[in-house]
Amino acid sequence: MDAALAAEVYIPHLCHYPGLTPSGNCRLCVVEIGSRSAAACITPAITGQEIRNNAPELNETRKAITQMLFVEGNHICPSCEKTGNCKLQAMGYYLGMLEDHFPQFYQRREIDASHAKILLDRGRCILCDLCVRASRDVDGKNVFAIAGRGTGAHLIVNSPTGKLADSTVETSDLAATICPVGAILIKEQGYQVPIGQRIYDQHTIREIGLQESIAKKNDD
Amino acid sequence: MINSCPHNSDSPNEHLLHRLYALQQQFLHISPESMQQVAREFNLPVSQVVSVVEFYSFFYTQPCGRFHVLFSNCTSCGYLAGEQNLMLILCQQLQVIPGKTRSDGLISIDETSCIGLCDQGASLLINGLPVTRLNPDKIAEIAQCITTETPLAKWPAKWFEIQDTVHQRSLLLTEQFIPGSALQKVLTQGADETLSTILQSGLCGRGGAGFNTGKKWQLCREAPGNAHYVVCNADEGEPGTFKDRFLLRDQANALFEGMTVCAFVIGAEKGFVYLRGEYRYLLDHLHAVLNQSRQQGLLGQNILGHANFHFDIEIVVGAGAYICGEESALIESLEGKPGIPRIRPPFPVTHGYLGQPTVINNVETLIAAAHIAIHGSTWFKSAGTEKSTGSKILSVSGDCCSPGIYEYSFGVNIQQVLDDCHAHNVQAVQIGGPAGKLIGAADFNRTISFEDVSTGGSFLIFGQQRNLLTINRNFARFFAHESCGFCTPCRVGTHLLKNNLDKIANGRGTAYDIEELKQLSQLIQHHSHCGLGHTAANHILDSLQHFPQVFEAKLKQHFTAQFDLDQALETARQVTNRDDAAAHLD
Ligand SMILES: Cc1cc2nc3c(=O)[nH]c(=O)nc-3n(C[C@H](O)[C@H](O)[C@H](O)COP(=O)(O)O)c2cc1C
Ligand code: SF4
Ligand code: SF4
Ligand code: FES
Repeated sequence: MDAALAAEVYIPHLCHYPGLTPSGNCRLCVVEIGSRSAAACITPAITGQEIRNNAPELNETRKAITQMLFVEGNHICPSCEKTGNCKLQAMGYYLGMLEDHFPQFYQRREIDASHAKILLDRGRCILCDLCVRASRDVDGKNVFAIAGRGTGAHLIVNSPTGKLADSTVETSDLAATICPVGAILIKEQGYQVPIGQRIYDQHTIREIGLQESIAKKNDD
Repeated sequence: MINSCPHNSDSPNEHLLHRLYALQQQFLHISPESMQQVAREFNLPVSQVVSVVEFYSFFYTQPCGRFHVLFSNCTSCGYLAGEQNLMLILCQQLQVIPGKTRSDGLISIDETSCIGLCDQGASLLINGLPVTRLNPDKIAEIAQCITTETPLAKWPAKWFEIQDTVHQRSLLLTEQFIPGSALQKVLTQGADETLSTILQSGLCGRGGAGFNTGKKWQLCREAPGNAHYVVCNADEGEPGTFKDRFLLRDQANALFEGMTVCAFVIGAEKGFVYLRGEYRYLLDHLHAVLNQSRQQGLLGQNILGHANFHFDIEIVVGAGAYICGEESALIESLEGKPGIPRIRPPFPVTHGYLGQPTVINNVETLIAAAHIAIHGSTWFKSAGTEKSTGSKILSVSGDCCSPGIYEYSFGVNIQQVLDDCHAHNVQAVQIGGPAGKLIGAADFNRTISFEDVSTGGSFLIFGQQRNLLTINRNFARFFAHESCGFCTPCRVGTHLLKNNLDKIANGRGTAYDIEELKQLSQLIQHHSHCGLGHTAANHILDSLQHFPQVFEAKLKQHFTAQFDLDQALETARQVTNRDDAAAHLD
């Protein structure tokens, strides 16, 4: 994945972030190596490898996976502060997703509004594990984890009460800002950038994905 | 930093899963306070303890009843396998709602994935102990015992009996195993020669994937590391498989010796048996055999007087998660974490338990290895086919007169097995369990082997009277329940498959839904992270190919809404206690 991004080849991805250990859970980055499907973010590049990435049927698969993520959670974009800045939504645009396709799950997942500055709405969480890794490996705090099995999987907070207010999370943490969707939001910043001028109103997720990789390269 | 050591800092021999089990036993659930206490004891983040508790089916965050009943929901040993719904009968007699503990705390009843008693009739686990051969009469007696709070020790002993019947013996089950004989042989001939014997035998894994065992040992042996480990996979979670349960009771000596032979070859000093939680009742027997082996000098320091050979085995008991049979999830579980499959490569042979080179083999594989060490590779190759040497032990169950254990040389054809177990009017067989292959009568001349129809041991027979759509729904529920939830295609996809089949079974499906089933199945099969997802839709794809009428019979001609308006009112009806005509839409 990083090799592809460095060569300015965009492979759609949601659970990958340059600089964090890859996880391989979202499966947006599926590519074909020979007749085998592989998640690019967890597959080391080998020279001479023949890889299919931007093929129509792969993009159809990616669209279906995006739709799965949409119906599993409660993504009512017009009422979400993240709209326009949300990678899931942007992925939907990029892949030409026009409807949910699958029936909605309507899962009930707990909202944690205990923290003065950070809101956690599990209904929008796509279980990408980015906040978990960011907190553990970059912030050095280990605030988040994923618990439960199957569709019961959900984000938990590493504090005695399980509430964000009792954790060590801060707004300056990477974990507080890395969420690709509107599951972790910084409070009291609502709608500072008007809708229509937000990131994915102006750019495709492809452009931003490549930019993030270049930014990371310049950091190193 | 996540502490990956699964052992208690105060009592270093206690495994996290065992500590949680003890708390579950003591308090009938694991409370937030208990989880915090365990986190302190093990020096782990509380979130890791919570995620473990919430991952495994046998840990509960709400109190279970003092009698906790788990009915198997397998197509062979399940509560729906016969004419009547046995779980419903018990629930009615005791006034319990499945999954909800009765308000006086006496009893809770729920269902669980196959408990490996498929040849013993409908079965359940009560406080971990198996009760077999259930029928409505026995259910009534059980209800009586529970109502009178009779301790399990005073229940009729024959209720708990498991009668193993071996109907067919080939290589492994005809040989008498004399403890120590394999080790005598390998200690004399040395590790190199032992490895080449295993390599020459052509032995391949009996757990499902069929990887060459000698090759696995060799790779592990050559892998650098601070320590090497041998792990026996006794998770046996594939519905319809019970041969490892039988082997653990009947051949524990050979199993432990097989592990010790492997340890000798790869240079391991420590081994684990990962035993599925459903088989906890085998623990006393296994510990007794281990102790006996230690006394005989077959385990421990200086094995059989050999100065540099030390090896011992620990048994770790799982807690209800099919995915922990997948080798890398199993290692995660051994390390005290939720059973989420790792990214492979690297494979366990180089990066396994605690990141060290690890061999993971099935129970039957390790027993075969012990026998090969004694009798040699030629003996082993005398049975089987060129590509599938030796024999395979099958767990035969379902619609036949003689369910039980059958050992055949590889290459036996399916019809032969059906004849031997007296199965008549067979509609189909599911070979390799729900993750395996559905075979119709036209293919009964195919053979059991790695090159044709391969199986970890499950052989489920469905007679003509069975509704294959019901079977498919059962399997789809199984996978949705057991998906670890890590990757999107399997987590969401298995759930969608289950709902889609329910819709068709309820007579609301259309031709569109069939197409949808196919597309979804292919997506899950190709793009999931691990073997569970790769195989979860096999049964649907096979059924669509060989038994399309199963789905078509129930289809509507025209589009129907995904959403059943009347059904949506069900909760409201329950809350208001109404079921009159005005409370329905139609
Ligand atoms: C979902 C899943 C469940 C599995 N369950 C088991 C099991 O219960 N027992 C087993 O031996 N192998 C099981 N396997 C296969 C193991 O991953 C592994 O291949 C096997 O234990 C290796 O041993 P073998 O080479 O001796 O067969 C499972 C695989 C998957 C993907
Ligand atoms: S909260 Fe956001 S970053 Fe964390 S797992 Fe969920 S979607 Fe990913
Ligand atoms: S395929 Fe299923 S079981 Fe395997 S990692 Fe993905 S969600 Fe978990
Ligand atoms: S980006 Fe590769 S699996 Fe999510």
